[in-house]
Order: sequence, then C-alpha cells, then structure tokens
Amino acid sequence: MAETIAFYLFSGLAIIASALVIGQRNPMYSVLLLVASFGAMAGLFIQLDAPFVAVALMIVYAGAIMVLFLFVVMLLNAPQEDALPYDHTHPFRHPVMMRFGALLAVLLVVQLTYALLRARDLRVPVAGRSDASVVSSVSELGRVLFQRHVFAFEATSILILVAMVGAVVLARKESGPQ
Amino acid sequence: MDLTLLIELLIIGFTFFMLINASAVLVLAERKIMGFMQQRYGPYLVGPHGALQPLADILKLLFKEELRPKGADKWLFTLAPILSVTAAFAAFSTVPWGAETTFFGLLDQPVKLGVTDVNVGIMVIFAITSMGVYGIVLAGWSSNSKYSLFGGLRAAAQMISYELSYATALAAVIMLAGSLSLREVVDAQSGYWLGFIPKWYIFLQPVGFIIYVIAGVAETNRAPFDFPEAEQELVAGYNTEYSSVRFALFPQAEYINMATMSAVATDLYLGGWHTPLIPDWLGWLGFLGKVGIILFTYIWTRWTLPRYRYDQLMHFGWKFLLPASVINLIVSAAIFLYFNG
Repeated sequence: MAETIAFYLFSGLAIIASALVIGQRNPMYSVLLLVASFGAMAGLFIQLDAPFVAVALMIVYAGAIMVLFLFVVMLLNAPQEDALPYDHTHPFRHPVMMRFGALLAVLLVVQLTYALLRARDLRVPVAGRSDASVVSSVSELGRVLFQRHVFAFEATSILILVAMVGAVVLARKESGPQ
Repeated sequence: MDLTLLIELLIIGFTFFMLINASAVLVLAERKIMGFMQQRYGPYLVGPHGALQPLADILKLLFKEELRPKGADKWLFTLAPILSVTAAFAAFSTVPWGAETTFFGLLDQPVKLGVTDVNVGIMVIFAITSMGVYGIVLAGWSSNSKYSLFGGLRAAAQMISYELSYATALAAVIMLAGSLSLREVVDAQSGYWLGFIPKWYIFLQPVGFIIYVIAGVAETNRAPFDFPEAEQELVAGYNTEYSSVRFALFPQAEYINMATMSAVATDLYLGGWHTPLIPDWLGWLGFLGKVGIILFTYIWTRWTLPRYRYDQLMHFGWKFLLPASVINLIVSAAIFLYFNG
C-alpha cells in the first residue's frame, strides 16, 4: 500500500514537474523544476531496488549538469523569456513543415507504445527477475557494463570525448595577430 | 513501544542534536582559536570565558528584522537558505559514527550507531552534498544584487570543479575497501600492521587524503577558498542581502558541512571508531576526537593562509588537483591489482 502511494507520488511529481518545465517563462524555474523531476525519478529508481542508479542520476544530472545549466542561465541573466511575435515566414512555420512535425510526434508516440507493449517482462517485479541482482548490486552492474556491454560503453565514451573536443574547438577564440 | 525502535530513534535524535550543536561549538571554537592566533581573547563576556556567545548570537539574530530586497524573487529567496541547511543535515544521514552495539546486553539485536546504513552510503552523501550548492546559487541569484549574483556564480563554478577531484580521491578508497558502504569501509580498517600501526587508509592513501581535505575545504567554501563570500570583493557574497534567521541558516549549513566533511574523512581515512588504546565501546569518542582534530585543522588553515585569487583557484583545481587525483587513482589501482588481482 505504502509503496503504491509512493509510486504515484513520485511518478505524479515527475510528470507534473516535467510538464511545468516547458510551461515556465522564467528559465531559472525551469531548471529547478527539472531538478525536482530528477529527484522524483531517483525516488522511482529506489523503489525499483536500484539505489545506485538513483544516486548516480542525482550526482550526474541533478548535481552536475543542472548546476551547469543554472550557471548558464545566471550568466545570461534573462529573467523572462520574451515571447517573439509569431513569425509566419519562418521556414519551420510553413504548413508542410508543421504537418511533418506533427507526423513525427505521432510516430514517436506510436513507437513508444509499441515498445512498451512488446516488453514482456514489465509485469514481473524487478526483484523477482533472474537478473535482479544486476540492478541492485554495484559490482554486478560494473561487471555487466564492462563485460557484456563493453563495446557500447566504450563507443559512448568516445562519442562524449569527440563532442567535448568539438565543443572546445568551437568555443576557442582565435587569438594573436592574424 | 519496541525498545530497539526507541533506541534507534534516540540515536537519530542524538545525531541531530550533535549536528545542531556542532555549528554553535564551531563558531565559538573559530573565534577563540582566531583570538589565540591573533594574541587576543576572542569572545569573553557572555558566560565563563565567552562560552555562551553562540547562544547570544543566535538570540540576537532571531530578534532581528527580516528584510527582503525589492525585486528579489520571493519564492527562491525563501527557499535558498532552507535548501542549504536541509542538504547539510541530510548529508550526515548515512555517516556512521560508532560500532554496532547492544548497549551492554540491553538489546537482543545490536543496533548501528548512525542514522542509517545504506549500501551506497558514500554516493548518497556525495549526491546530497551536491544538492547543497543549489542553496548558495539560488541565494545569489534570487537576491537581485550584483554581489550576491557573483557569489552564487563563483560557488557554482568552484563546487563543480572541486567535486571532481573530491570524488576521484574517494574512488581510490572505495576500491581498496571494495564497498560503497561507509560502515564496511570503516570495518575494513580495523586491526594493525606489524602489531602497532593501525590499518587506516591514510597510510595507504596519503596523497588521496591530502587531495580529499583540500577539495573538501573548497567544497565547503572555507578560506583560503572562500570566494563565494570574499568580503573584500563581494561585501558578503551570496548572503549579502540576507538578514535575521535566514542569514543565520547559511553559516549553520556551512559549519554542518564542515562537520560532515570531517566525519567522512574520519570514516574513510582515519579508521572511524577504530582507534588504538580506545576500547570499542568508547569508539565513538575516538571518532569525535578525530573529527575534532580535522575541524581544528580547518580553522587553523583559515586563519593562517590568505585567500587565493579566483583564477588561481581554477588553475589549481583543474590543472593540478584533478590530474593529481587521477594519477593517484591509477597508481593505486595498479598496485592494488598487482597485490590482490
């Protein structure tokens, strides 16, 4: 009973906070609501017996990335997002483009629904699954990550490294006499 | 009522009580030690040798008028100090401070001295500490003042930079102990080498300990890294516009964070409640003593070293401390693999 209440509390909080993120005029509030949403999600992970994932989510996203977001918002110091006048000549506002966008959105919903319906194990509690220990134990998680999924792991880290180098190259100011 | 539950609640209450008083004791200790170092008495009037000065300070702050600058963000301005102090208290929740005990046979099952014990304790502390930065950043932003804003910006940059070295230094200890639970890390440090050297990780990780302490000073915004509140440049930094109780909460959060940082250092590097010559049932006194020594070093550092420049802080953090901690981790891992792999 208590678990059900906690589940609806956390998931409701996550959904409401995420919805409010895009509804806010003040970017500062958006960032904070996103942090609240991450907190609620961490709560859901703890309910799934995955405290490590929950804590990693808090440290990486809520603790580091969102602080960087906050930093940028503070540097720009934009208290309000001014609503631009609706620009009908913008290429993205063309009726064809808008219909294409709507189609993509519908496709995303269909795809997600299909994926969720196809997932067979969803009705089984995580604790009752054969690989439950993988989720809750840090050492098992590490073993799976660095043995079974080592290629995906390394590919992701190279992708991030490339993105970082790209960001540095883009942000670097050309200095000295030209 | 169940006796075990009652005792556990009492332990939680005791931890909370000690933390609240830690800030008062630390304020007094800071002013007394500063006075000693500057050849004066420090607070002397309230109580014997000024011992009740923190109480007087708190009462004074409680009765002050609460001000909020025009144009400040109402909600965030109120939320920021609450967030700061909540994160400070919550971070201590997974720090164990004593061995398991039955209170001389009073209980059937031994209880653990500490608020709670989770198997990813170190990371929980780390996650909650990183939430504490929001309090400072929001205080800086919501005050609608340029001094506060700069204090908040500096806090954000500084904490992100030093968190990395801090976590990397911790990773080496986690590797040695093979556990993310602070209680297991402490228990891995019981016993002696050669019969007299305690098996503390400070002897295996001296570089890691130094990195941890330096990064800890920067994380808690203490001098010589107290840029978010650099008086000469920013009036009082992020808390310039605060008054009354809201103001009092910020220093309180800072002192509690110092206590947490020292307690974690004691658990990770100084053997927690395992101290030579002190019996196990008095282990928590040894723990308290070691925390006190680290806290004294904190205060000592503050009144000895001048503040760095902001760019020096960033250079030091990214170009020296972070590479040093990564090298420390790699070398430790190689040695660990050679002997235990």
